[in-house]
Amino acid sequence: MNNFSYLNDLIIPGGIIIAQIMAVLMPVLISVAFLVYAERKVLALIQLRRGPNVVGPFGILQSFADALKLLTKENIVPANSNKIVFLLAPIITMVLSLAGWAVIPFSPNWVIADINVGIMYLFAVSSLGVYGIIMAGWASNSQYPFLGALRSAAQMVSYEVSIGFVIITVLLCVGSLNLSKIVEAQETVWFAIPLLPMFVVFFISALAETNRLPFDLPEDESTLVAGFFTEYSSASFVLFFLGEYASMILMSSMTVILFMGGWLPPFDIFPLNAIPGVIWFVIKVIFILFLFIWVRGTFPRYRYDQLMRLGWKIFLPLSLLWVVLTAGFLIVFDMVPNSL
Amino acid sequence: MIKYIKSFTLYELLQGMFLTLKYMFKAKVTINYPHEKGPLSPRFRGEHALRRYPSGEERCIACKLCEAVCPAQAITIEAEPREDGSRRTTRYDIDMSKCIYCGLCQESCPVDAIVEGPNFEFATETREELMYTKEKLLENGDRWEQEIAQNIYLDRKYR
Repeated sequence: MNNFSYLNDLIIPGGIIIAQIMAVLMPVLISVAFLVYAERKVLALIQLRRGPNVVGPFGILQSFADALKLLTKENIVPANSNKIVFLLAPIITMVLSLAGWAVIPFSPNWVIADINVGIMYLFAVSSLGVYGIIMAGWASNSQYPFLGALRSAAQMVSYEVSIGFVIITVLLCVGSLNLSKIVEAQETVWFAIPLLPMFVVFFISALAETNRLPFDLPEDESTLVAGFFTEYSSASFVLFFLGEYASMILMSSMTVILFMGGWLPPFDIFPLNAIPGVIWFVIKVIFILFLFIWVRGTFPRYRYDQLMRLGWKIFLPLSLLWVVLTAGFLIVFDMVPNSL
Repeated sequence: MIKYIKSFTLYELLQGMFLTLKYMFKAKVTINYPHEKGPLSPRFRGEHALRRYPSGEERCIACKLCEAVCPAQAITIEAEPREDGSRRTTRYDIDMSKCIYCGLCQESCPVDAIVEGPNFEFATETREELMYTKEKLLENGDRWEQEIAQNIYLDRKYR
């Protein structure tokens, strides 16, 4: 009898949760592989090159070949490094970039944990990502990773401030911290339209938050070799790489949920609203990811002081001003969402 | 004022983004190398070859001008008169790992015997394979004769 209650209380719900996690994480990891391929292909197109085209049809299996190659290599741990932290850092980066997916609603009710502080959780998890980088830089005990980690810490903290204000602006218009509610509040109009300046600020800050070009100073090749993961090889390098691209997809999903109406079709008319919400969600995420890659193909890297100036002197006042403006607008026209 | 409006509307950044978007739809400039190859000039200086006359007699008369002119000293020639009295090489070695592909050997050759052909795909796995002997060079000449003769014909106005 005792065994039976174990089955009901623990194993079945546990199994369901594990199945749900797998159902979300496997597609995410596979899409990371295709994102790397897409990035190389798009950059090649912009630069009039061909990109990977040998492994598999049109080279689509290139990322898998690269991953296999890296995994079969020797994992070098530098003699001077702090070995436990050194090996823990990529794991933390990877885990954190996957943990955020727990609250992402792909479609109505398609979410592992529909918690009421979803956006806070997402913001916290994406901010924690800096720990993996700092640990990697510090544990490597070598100059370039250390500088990369310091840059990354300063950069992520600066841009989180403006991301925070952007999120507050959105929350003022929604009146809930639940991500599904945020999407449902965009039924009439996507927030990207009334809050366009905030959308742009959020997108640029997301580039800085995920260490993407033009803000990839933590891994700046021309000055820091490979930045915080200079000393990494083999499986730990793969984990960093996967983590970085998974957090890129996570940031894109966050952008889609906050500003582009998540799973909602652009117009609620027949042929568009017949398409399932997941597909709309995926299309929008792909569009934002394309923007990430497109920006990378277009702009040169910022200098570090320019990056800080942009974060503290332009984005922070701008987003602060917009919070006040939005709040004032909502009160004057009596549009404050009453679910608060 | 206009400057501020421009920078806040990201005018120049968007211009740049549209430029790269336009480039995405342009024709690619890279060629699919092992399957497609770019055009080569008739003067292209690739792998060496020793040519023969149509009769099958080798052209080289062992004047050793190429050996003398070679700036990398990659060519080694030994010669003695043959039974029929003509002067021929007994040894004609090129160390392809020394060669700098300057083309002075083919310019100095009075009988167009040593030439640099259009072949550039002769990478080897060992260093020894790059020590070309007379046999190897004559064999190259037989294999590439058509292309080499065509190149010399195309370049005749400038020689």
